[in-house]
Amino acid sequence: MAERKLRVLVGKPGLDGHDRGAKVVARAFRDAGLEVIYTGLHQTPEQIVAAAIQEDVDCIGLSILSGAHNTLLPKVCQLLKEKNADDIAVFCGGVIPEDDIPGLKSAGIKEVFTPGTSTEDIVAWVKEHIHG
Amino acid sequence: MGLAEKILQGDIRAAARLMRDVDDGFTSSIDELKQLYPHTGRAYLIGITGPPGAGKSTLVDQITAAYRKLGKRVGIVAVDPTSPFTGGAILGDRIRMNRHADDEGVFIRSLATRGCLGGISRSTGDVVNVMDAMGMDVIIIETVGVGQDEVDIVRMAHTTTVVMVPGLGDDIQAIKAGILEIADVFVVNKADRDGADRTVRELSMMLEMGERAPGEWVPKVLRTEASRGVGIDELVAEYEAHRAYLHTSGDIHRFNSEKNSTILMEMLRDRLFRDIYGRIASNGTLAEILSGMSARETDPYSAVDAIVARYLTGADARVAG
Ligand code: B12
Ligand SMILES: Nc1nc2c(ncn2[C@@H]2O[C@H](COP(=O)(O)OP(=O)(O)OP(=O)(O)O)[C@@H](O)[C@H]2O)c(=O)[nH]1
Ligand SMILES: [Mg+2]
Repeated sequence: MAERKLRVLVGKPGLDGHDRGAKVVARAFRDAGLEVIYTGLHQTPEQIVAAAIQEDVDCIGLSILSGAHNTLLPKVCQLLKEKNADDIAVFCGGVIPEDDIPGLKSAGIKEVFTPGTSTEDIVAWVKEHIHG
Repeated sequence: MGLAEKILQGDIRAAARLMRDVDDGFTSSIDELKQLYPHTGRAYLIGITGPPGAGKSTLVDQITAAYRKLGKRVGIVAVDPTSPFTGGAILGDRIRMNRHADDEGVFIRSLATRGCLGGISRSTGDVVNVMDAMGMDVIIIETVGVGQDEVDIVRMAHTTTVVMVPGLGDDIQAIKAGILEIADVFVVNKADRDGADRTVRELSMMLEMGERAPGEWVPKVLRTEASRGVGIDELVAEYEAHRAYLHTSGDIHRFNSEKNSTILMEMLRDRLFRDIYGRIASNGTLAEILSGMSARETDPYSAVDAIVARYLTGADARVAG
């Protein structure tokens, strides 16, 4: 049987103009052989979830440096559940205080990558935890 | 319930998954595609091609908005290149189309070329068929940013749009005949930029030089400013004119039969090759031939004759032989 190609959506929810991290991570995923659907800046959780479903991605990686993570990220997880699509894993990165991480994880975020994480570690995590 | 059945009942996830199965070459997808085939052939297919960064995705976004206003459901297939070094890809066309992401009348799928050189992926035709079966009225296919040889789109789409921008090199003559011949509609996008008039003039002149039979479709050169939505209504009107022309002139029949024959031939060629290659690879014949060739004892011409004689000798072959 043919092999699945991993597909990941990388996007930025909310009014957050910091896109360097998202681009760096998107490139790292491409270089690791993944197909990255890059949706860019200023996405609503609704747009992110609709795109993830249409693109049939295995996972969603969200980048957020605006401070709005506690509202936007759980919203994405909740919408996925509503659409019966919570088999799509969600993880994130950006400026996220340590104290907020447990709350995000219990809302359904699989992993949080804060500034300074090497892209090798991020790619290794995806390869270990996400399967097509 | 199988994927095809679910798709016909409007299941979006099933459609997205079948597209994935097709793209990943899962053999299970073939049965599903067979079931969907009778439900295809209804959508109007628009191809958009042109050099990298010309504004193709921005145009797709605007054309989609225009067709949505007319109440049409729109499918979009956007192709971007796979990196030949890593096999990965960044598919970024959606960035320009985000406002349609959560519109239920629009379905957008990004595809990577996965080594295919014609400007679209091998899976594009089947993904279009899935969208067609989903009931999309218009399906827009955006090719990778192409030079001149990647023109598979003409056989796929009813109407092929070639997008140019002002100042693409100093001389429009540099654009090879190939890309000129495939266009049903020319768009000079970024008309806000210097040199748009000149590009329109030069393209029009080149088109006038071409010979056409009486009554044959004459491509127009339209100007747009996709980022502000200027010229889009005219473009959509031109699409509708070309679509009407295909039917009144009867060209649609020629288009369909050429397209069907290409699809069938390619599928047959792939299938025959895969089957026979699979057999000679697994039964040792291939290894034998290759070692014979490296010793210069077997020549490839006789080897192919022998393979064909052995594996393609049904009743028909005997009659023909
Ligand atoms: C560069 C920068 C800018 C640039 C952004 C340029 C751009 N196009 O990206 C500019 C100058 C435009 C800018 C503007 C602003 N900024 Co600024 N900016 C920074 C700065 C210094 C670095 C960010 C960066 O690019 N890092 C490099 C990248 C590679 O790292 P990264 O994004 O963190 O990504 C890594 C990880 O986080 C993770 N990651 C990130 N995303 C993802 C996604 C996935 C899927 C995964 C797996 C991992 C992952 O992996 C990456 C690799 O390790 C940070 C401070 C800091 N040190 O983080 C402030 C910072 C983010 N900015 C901040 C602020 C406040 C602003 C402004 C509001 C300032 C203002 N008042 O105008 C504006 C807002 C702009 C906007 N529209 O949103 C604050 C945010 C505060 C907060 N969240 O509570 C910060 C933290 C500075 C601070 N300490 O106050 N900024
Ligand atoms: N000035 C100007 N810029 C435009 C116009 N249309 C699009 N652009 C910009 O051109 C850039 C490229 O646009 P895209 O729509 O991504 O181009 P593309 O042809 O799809 O690019 P690829 O898919 O990468 O080949 C973007 O920054 C657009 O905003 C226009 O009419 N005028
Ligand atoms: Mg594009």
